[in-house]
Amino acid sequence: MKTRDHLGRHVVAVTGIGLVTPLGIGVAESWAGLLAGRSGISRITRFPTDHLRTTIAGQVDLPEEAGGSSLTSPARVERMGALAGAEAIAAAGLGTDGHFPGPLFMGMPPVEVEWPQRLDLARRGNGAGSGKYPEMIAAATGRVDLFEGALFGGVGERLADRFGTQGAPISLTTACATGASSIQLGIEAIQRGESTAALCIGAEGSVQPEALIRFSLLSALSTRNEDPAKASRPFEKTREGFVMSEGAAALVLESLESAEARGAKVLGLLLGAGERADSFHRTRSNPDGAAIIGAMRAAIADAGLEPGDIDYVNGHGTGTPENDKMETLGMRAVFGESPPPISSNKSMIGHTLSAAGAIEAVFSLLTIRDGMLPPTINHETPDPAVGLDVVPNVARAAKVSRVLSNSFGFGGQNVCLVIGAAP
Amino acid sequence: MTETIWITGIGLVSSLGEGTEVHQAALGGAAPVVDADTFAPYPVHPLPALDLDRQIPKKGDQRQMEPWQRLGTYAAGLAIDHAGARDLVRDMHLIVAAGGGERDVALDEAVCAEIARLPPEEGAKLLNERLASGLRPTLFLAQLSNLLAGNISIVHGVTGSSRTFMGEESAAADAVRIAAARLGEGRGGIALVGGAYVAGRWDMLLLYSASGQLRRGDWVPLAQRQDAGGGLVTGTAAAFLVLETESHAKARGARGIARLTAVRSAAARRRGADTAEAAATRLAAGLPLAPGYAVVSGATGAAVPTAAEAAFLAGLRDSGPVQGKVVQSADLIGHPVEAAFPADIALGALAVAGGAAPQALVTGFGVWRGEALALVEAP
Repeated sequence: MKTRDHLGRHVVAVTGIGLVTPLGIGVAESWAGLLAGRSGISRITRFPTDHLRTTIAGQVDLPEEAGGSSLTSPARVERMGALAGAEAIAAAGLGTDGHFPGPLFMGMPPVEVEWPQRLDLARRGNGAGSGKYPEMIAAATGRVDLFEGALFGGVGERLADRFGTQGAPISLTTACATGASSIQLGIEAIQRGESTAALCIGAEGSVQPEALIRFSLLSALSTRNEDPAKASRPFEKTREGFVMSEGAAALVLESLESAEARGAKVLGLLLGAGERADSFHRTRSNPDGAAIIGAMRAAIADAGLEPGDIDYVNGHGTGTPENDKMETLGMRAVFGESPPPISSNKSMIGHTLSAAGAIEAVFSLLTIRDGMLPPTINHETPDPAVGLDVVPNVARAAKVSRVLSNSFGFGGQNVCLVIGAAP
Repeated sequence: MTETIWITGIGLVSSLGEGTEVHQAALGGAAPVVDADTFAPYPVHPLPALDLDRQIPKKGDQRQMEPWQRLGTYAAGLAIDHAGARDLVRDMHLIVAAGGGERDVALDEAVCAEIARLPPEEGAKLLNERLASGLRPTLFLAQLSNLLAGNISIVHGVTGSSRTFMGEESAAADAVRIAAARLGEGRGGIALVGGAYVAGRWDMLLLYSASGQLRRGDWVPLAQRQDAGGGLVTGTAAAFLVLETESHAKARGARGIARLTAVRSAAARRRGADTAEAAATRLAAGLPLAPGYAVVSGATGAAVPTAAEAAFLAGLRDSGPVQGKVVQSADLIGHPVEAAFPADIALGALAVAGGAAPQALVTGFGVWRGEALALVEAP
């Protein structure tokens, strides 16, 4: 078996996967829901939605929230990251309990002190209710729980402690490409021989009022509130925004050499990664699509492949008019007149933001494993400007050896992965 | 690393001012610039006056940012200029160590004043209404952590790749470490790496006050804070480094300010035997320290890691070559969190370039977590 790639680097295998999505906790449940074309989008119940333009989202109901109190975003990200991480490590059978023999790359959203905490400090800080920061700060002094809970490095540190990963945990954000970036960092660490294994997690837990309102103010969200399951419509003519969602995915990466030496089951290979930043605009791609096209081509070239070697594309496919237009442009530019099928998991689970790239990488591996293309649901009126095979509405059997998984982020950060079958 | 990595550009802004000259001079001793009033009782090292137009020429770009992103974007531009690398930005790789951008403090306070009195259910509904009408769409982008990198791409055209690490001090150490490792293995020839921090922010003071470590009252040097149980004085600063392989720099006739010989990071759990001192001591194993090496100490003022750092340096003195001058960067520029490690590497590079020492060992001991070392020497 070749354990070095075309550039002489260690071949990177995936030996464990874990998932938490609005379709279910665990790989099996999420994947079954996806192949069934089930929507995980629902009306928001976690907080009142009065005065909001968008009142729907993909939501993961965590067992500890059954009593009605909901976690803050960092706690939610940590919890879902822990669930996905534990599933992936158990599947890989690597290391021992509390000792994982590689670094942690944690893709996650920025976190901060949140409204319930801020209001609590305001209540404690002043009887008169002036709500001024100096008084809230006085009330917060020495609240180590608040400090460690809202530090950017907090979630990663606690997960590193829990799983016993090696070295400094690396937390990162590249907006909607975050999950893919965390995998890319793991790939690179193994390729350059820094480690034989890595734990890569992407997690998102931002379905809370302020985050929802912020995206809403950018006019990025679907307002099709009346029928939540129909709201996310990537590549479809009547699409009008994405649906916020949450979840987590974890992948155990290993050098193929190390995986084979211990007789591990290889789920697939990470053949290549490519990235290109855009310098055009904070929320829009350059109309020439150069960065998107560059990232897709770079990933394929990094894998030592030609565009014709790609059997299926797991699209970024957010369902915003802009993204899907630009991704279509990229598909045409990279693949020419006969592009491979492309479908969007986001039609079912919504846009899991920082988790999306990692969740979609896991779905890409499962696509290869089962020879089943997940559908793009809610495809009622085709958009003639798209004209791609989006695997409309119903999953389809197909032999798939190599998948290109696209992730394009606000701020112009674009990352693509090429995922291949186990040797 | 297989390729030798040079620092060919430094973009440094602190409360002392901007550029390499003022900071090189400060290595010989300088009085810090402290604002003890605006955020009393918490002293901070303030933002210096900057002519933003020099690095962010479009007013429209300036308006899309708040001070944190502006400061970082400005310093990134200084680094690119210093390296003479304006025409290399297309394939320049970028790693930013980022915190969060500014909240709308006036809105937060107004909402808190109104809602803290209400029953929770009623308060939650009103919160939606107030945020939906009060939040400015542009502020969202100004708050997003990865948009510092996004703005560096937009304003300066850096598009080779773009990654944003989060995690306070150690995010910056790993940003430098990984940027250098990628160049070392041949993934590109030039990279821009760094971070920025604005200390004069109520929202960040809220976070750091929760640690219980923020210094209250008058500013005093680090050495005098330890007896009182430590004390953190945050500093406004931004530091970006242009890293380049030696061969890439030589091919374009660029000079190396210093060579980045090693960057190492760890994260001790800081409990039991897994101490920051022990972690740093392991990191230091095998570092090619030369007699008279200077130390740029990243001690923050927070009690536990500051003591650990002092013990680590003492151990190094006992077991290694003669130690030269120790510069406490927090006494000069305060503690600028994500900007601390890159700023200290910049100071180390300037010390070496100025001939003050053959090498500079840079230490980073995060307020909560993260230990890091870097070694810079003459190219």
